[in-house]
Amino acid sequence: MKFSEQWLREWVSPALATQALADQITMAGLEVDAIEPVAADFEGVVVAEVVAKAPHPDADKLNVCRVEDGSGERLPVVCGAPNVAEGQKVAFARVGAVLPGDFKIKKAKLRGVESRGMICSASELGLEEETSAGILVLPADAPVGEDFRAFMGLDDHTIEVDLTPNRGDCLSVKGLAREVGVLNRLPIEGPAIAPVAPVHNEAFPVRVEDTTGCPRYLGRLIKGVDVTAETPLWMVECLRRGGIRAIDPVVDVTNYVMLELGQPLHAFDQANLHGAVVVRQAREGERLVLLDGQEITLSDTTLVIADERGPLAIAGVMGGEHSGVGLETRDIFLEAAHFSPLAVAGQARAYGLHTDASHRFERGVDPALAREAAERATALLLEITGGAPGPLVEVVDVDHLPAERKVQLRAARLEQALGKALPVEDVGEILARLGLVVDAIAEGWATRIPSWRFDLAIEEDLIEEVARIHGYNRLPVRRPMARLGLRPDHEARTPLARLRREMVARGYFEAVTYSFVAPELQQALLPEAVSPVLANPISSDLSVMRASLFPGLVRALTHNLNRQQGRVRLFETGLVFRGELDALHQTPMLGALVCGSREPEGWASDRQTVDFFDLKGDLESLLALGGDRDAWRFEPAEHPALHPGQCARVLHRGEEAGWIGTLHPAVRARLGLKVDAILFEVRLDALTLGSVPSFAPLSRYPEVRRDLAFLVDEALPVQTLLDTLHAQAGEWLTDSRLFDVYQGQGVPEGRKSVALGLTWQHPSRTLNDDEINQLVDAIVEEAHQHLGAELRT
Amino acid sequence: MDHLPTLVAEARDAIQAADSMTTLDELRVRYLGKKGEITALLKGLGKLPAAERPVAGERINQAKQALSHELDERRRSLEKAALEARLAADRIDVTLPGRGQSDGGLHPVTRTLERIEGLFTRVGYDVAVGPEIEDDYHNFEALNIPAHHPARGMADTFYFDASRLLRTHTSPVQVRTMKETEPPIRIVCPGRVYRSDSDLTHTPMFHQVEGLLVDQDVSFADLKGTIEDFLHAFFERGDLSVRFRPSYFPFTEPSAEVDIQCVMCNGDGCRVCSYSGWLEVMGCGMVHPEVFRHSGIDPERYTGFAFGMGAERLAMLRYGVNDLRLFFDNDLRFLRQFA
Repeated sequence: MKFSEQWLREWVSPALATQALADQITMAGLEVDAIEPVAADFEGVVVAEVVAKAPHPDADKLNVCRVEDGSGERLPVVCGAPNVAEGQKVAFARVGAVLPGDFKIKKAKLRGVESRGMICSASELGLEEETSAGILVLPADAPVGEDFRAFMGLDDHTIEVDLTPNRGDCLSVKGLAREVGVLNRLPIEGPAIAPVAPVHNEAFPVRVEDTTGCPRYLGRLIKGVDVTAETPLWMVECLRRGGIRAIDPVVDVTNYVMLELGQPLHAFDQANLHGAVVVRQAREGERLVLLDGQEITLSDTTLVIADERGPLAIAGVMGGEHSGVGLETRDIFLEAAHFSPLAVAGQARAYGLHTDASHRFERGVDPALAREAAERATALLLEITGGAPGPLVEVVDVDHLPAERKVQLRAARLEQALGKALPVEDVGEILARLGLVVDAIAEGWATRIPSWRFDLAIEEDLIEEVARIHGYNRLPVRRPMARLGLRPDHEARTPLARLRREMVARGYFEAVTYSFVAPELQQALLPEAVSPVLANPISSDLSVMRASLFPGLVRALTHNLNRQQGRVRLFETGLVFRGELDALHQTPMLGALVCGSREPEGWASDRQTVDFFDLKGDLESLLALGGDRDAWRFEPAEHPALHPGQCARVLHRGEEAGWIGTLHPAVRARLGLKVDAILFEVRLDALTLGSVPSFAPLSRYPEVRRDLAFLVDEALPVQTLLDTLHAQAGEWLTDSRLFDVYQGQGVPEGRKSVALGLTWQHPSRTLNDDEINQLVDAIVEEAHQHLGAELRT
Repeated sequence: MDHLPTLVAEARDAIQAADSMTTLDELRVRYLGKKGEITALLKGLGKLPAAERPVAGERINQAKQALSHELDERRRSLEKAALEARLAADRIDVTLPGRGQSDGGLHPVTRTLERIEGLFTRVGYDVAVGPEIEDDYHNFEALNIPAHHPARGMADTFYFDASRLLRTHTSPVQVRTMKETEPPIRIVCPGRVYRSDSDLTHTPMFHQVEGLLVDQDVSFADLKGTIEDFLHAFFERGDLSVRFRPSYFPFTEPSAEVDIQCVMCNGDGCRVCSYSGWLEVMGCGMVHPEVFRHSGIDPERYTGFAFGMGAERLAMLRYGVNDLRLFFDNDLRFLRQFA
C-alpha cells in the first residue's frame, strides 16, 4: 500500500516529521518499506500563462510563445510541444531553473529565435516515467507566478507500507488515518460524504443469487456522463502518488475512492448490460475476456457478475472488456459491493491475476462501507463527468453479512499473557480508541468490534491490540521458569555431531546441496530410482527429490573441479526421498565423496591418488565410533552408479544400510567427469546406533600368535576366508590381523597369497602348543576343503 | 721402576690421541689390563726391598689411578663428541609442515545451527526434527492457515500434489511434537525448509530453527527475555539493542518481528540494514489458541511461545557473508573459510 503523506495529513496530521511518522507506523505493526519524495528535486519552475503563440519562422514543428510568468514581462519561449496553446496555464521553467537530472535552463537561441525559459512536460519534471507526449497543462485557475512545487504540493512523500494480511482495514488512506489517529490520540477528519439525490428513477435490475459470496450489492445508473472529460490534476496526482496510473475519469474516480476509503468499485457501460445484473457462480466453461484483453475459461467455483447473456466480470477481481467503460460510453452502472473474503480468496490466483480489488476483498473490506463509497464516487463523477444519477439500489442479505462480533477480554488473562497488569483505564481507553465499543464487566471488558476490523474475533486478538498500542517494547522482560528434571540419554547412540566431526577430522568439508536435483543427473546415477517430483519446480534442474546423496555430491564435485579444485573431499548429511508419495521413505543418510590426491599436496605426501580403500577406511572409522564395528559388513554387489568391480553393499546387522564404490566409468563419462571419484552413503539411523562398552577381564596368561599364509583363488573375497578361519579358530581367538595380500612372483597365476596373524589367549591358563596346533590344523583343513586354500610354507 | 714417568707420559699421549672407543679399550688393556704394563709393575713390587715397597706401590697406584681417570675422561669426551655428531646429523627443519591429512570443516550453516541448538539445549530444550515432505494439514491447516488464507500463496510453496508439499517452515515439527507430548514442552526444531523463490536474497531451500515453549503461565515477557538472551548470546554482544515490532503470523498471537541493532554498522546505518540501523532477524509470538486446539492442548490451561529464524541470515550476519547463494555452491574456497 502506497500513499501520499499529504493526503494522509488531510485526514489526520500528528506533529511528527515524515521519518518519525513512518517509524511510529512501523512500530505499530504497519511496516514502512520505503519513503520516497513524490517528485525529483527541481527549482525555478512557476505557474505561467501562454499569452500568445506564433509559428517559428524557420522550423515547422516549433512555436514561438509569449509567456507571462508573473514577472510582468512577456517572455519569448520557443516550444516544440504539439499541444501548446494560447491561454493555457503551464509549468514554466525560468532561466536559471534546475530541472531533475541537474538540467539547467539557460537563455538560448533556437534557429535564430531567442528563448528565455522552457514550458515543461510532466516527464521533464519527473512526474511521469514515460516521456510525455506534450506539455503539462494546468487548471485554468492556477495562479500565475506561484511556485510550481507549492502549487502541486510536490514537497510530499510517498510512504509504502508492507501490510500484513490481517490488516486489510489499512488498505486505504482512511484506514491508515484511523490507525495514525489511534496512535496519536487524534480525531480523523475526512471529506464530507452526503447521499446524492437522484435526478431520475431509472434503476438497472440487480439479482444476487449467491448472497453468501455477495451479501450486499449496490448499484446506480448515472446517465449522460462525459468520459472525455479530463480528470483533475489533483486526483491524477493522488493516484500517481498511490502508485496508480490515471486512465479515464470514470476509472480514475473508482480508483481514487478505493485508495481513499478502501472500497473497490466497478463501473459498467450500461449500453452493454442486458436484462439484469446477476451475481452468481460461474458455470463451468463459461468464457470471459478481461479488461486486460486476456480470455479466460471460468470454473464453477468463481463468483461472477453477469447479465442475461453471460459473465461480465469476476466478482471482486477484474471486470470484462466488453462491459467496461470506453470513450463512447454515455451511461454507466456503478457497482459497490461487499464480496466475502472466501468468495474472492484464491480466485485471482487461480486465474493468475492479482488486482487492487482482489487484494482488498481477500483480506476483507468493511461491509458497511459500500454505500458511503458509492455516494462518494457518484459525487466525484458528477463533478468531473457530469451526468444524471439515479437511485442507489441495494440488494442485501443481512443474514450473510458479517455479524457484529462481541469479544470479551479478561483482565486476568491479559495480565497472564503480558506478564504485567496494565491499568484498567488504560486498557479500556486503548480499546475504545481502536473503535471498539467497550463495557466494563467484572472479569474485564466486554467489547463490540467495529465492522472494519475483520481481524478481531477472539480474546487473543484484543490482547495483541492492547499490547501493540501500549507498545511491545514497554512490556516487561523475564525468563521462563522450568523444573530441572533430567532427561534420559542414550549412550549407545552416536550423536550426528560426532559423526560430522569424525569426517571433518579426516579431511572432509561438509556440503549442503539442494534436496531437489536435476532428473537427468539422478537418472544417470540411479536409473531405477523412484522419488517424488515437484509439481511447480523453480526450474527443471531442481525438480525431482533426491533419492540418494550421490547426485548432489557429484554436482558439488563438478563445481569444484571446474574451479581448479582437484582434490575434493566432501560429505553431506540429510534426507533422501525414496518411493512414490504414498509409500514414501524420507531417510536420513550420511554420504561422502573423494577425488584427487590421497594427501594434500606437500613435501612429505606420497602423491598417490585416492582409491576405494581410502574411502573405506574413512567409512570404517565412522562405523567404529559406535563401538559396534562387528555389526557391519561389506559384501561385493552391484550398484548402477558404481564400478561393478569396486563396489560394496554396506550391511548393518545383516541389513542393507548403504553403498560404497568407485563411480562407474561409463557414468563418469556421461557426466563429463575426467577423474575417478569414490563415494559412499550410509543410513544415519544405523550409523548412530552403537553399543555400550562391556568389560571383559584382562587375562594374566601369555598370548600365542601364529602367522599363516594361504594361497587362494584371486577372486575369493578375503572376508570369506576370514569367516571360515574364525569359525574354526575357537573361542580363545582374541585377534586376527590380515597383514599381507600378495600376487606376483612365487604365486601361481590366478591365485593370491593372503597372510594372517592369529592371536589366542586363554582367560585363566596358559595355552599349550598342542591346543593351538590342533586349531591351526582345523583351520587349514577347513580352508582347503571349502575354499581350495593351500597353506604356503 | 725408573721408567714409570716415561710410561705414564707415553700412555697419556696415547690416550689423548685415541679417536675411537676401540683404541681406548686397547689402551686400557695395554696399560691397566691383567697383562698390562702398569699391572706388570705392580706385580714386580715383590722383587723390591721391603722398605721401598710402600713408596713404590704408592707411586704405581697413583699412576694407575691417573691413567684410569684419563681413560674415563677420554671416553666421556669421545662419547660426547659422538652424540654431538649424531645430533648434528639428525637435525631436521622443524618449520616444515607436518605430515598427513589436512583438516576439513563443517558447513557454516551447520556451525550456526549447532551453535543455536547448543544455546537452547544447555538450558533444557530438546532438539526435534521431522519430515521435509509434509502434508497440507501439518504445514498449514494445523497452524491456523486454512485454504485460501492470504498467507498461503501457492507461489511460495512447492507442491507434489493437492495435499503434499515441501514444508515451508519447521513449524510442522512443533505440531507433531505437541500432539505427541504433554506440556511442559521445550524444543528447538532445526532443519531444511523450502520456498519457491530464487533471486539474490532468496534460495529455494534454506534452514530454519524454530523454538517452542509450552507450559503453564508462559507470557509474552518470557518470550521477550528468551529472545533477548538468545540474540545477546548468539552475537556475543550483551549490549545489542533488540526491539519487538508487532506483526502477523497466523499461528501466533500476539506476534512480533524482532529487529536487532545492525551488527555491521552498530546502528549507524549501512547498506546491509538499508540505512535504517536495524536488522530484522526473526519472528515470534505467543502460540495461537487455534494451534493448541489442533494439537490437543487446552489453551485455557497452557500458554506458550514460538519463534523462528533463518540460519543462513544469522550466519551471514555473524560471519559477514554477503551472498546467500554461496551457501549452496559448496565451493571449497568458501567452505575452507569456516574450517
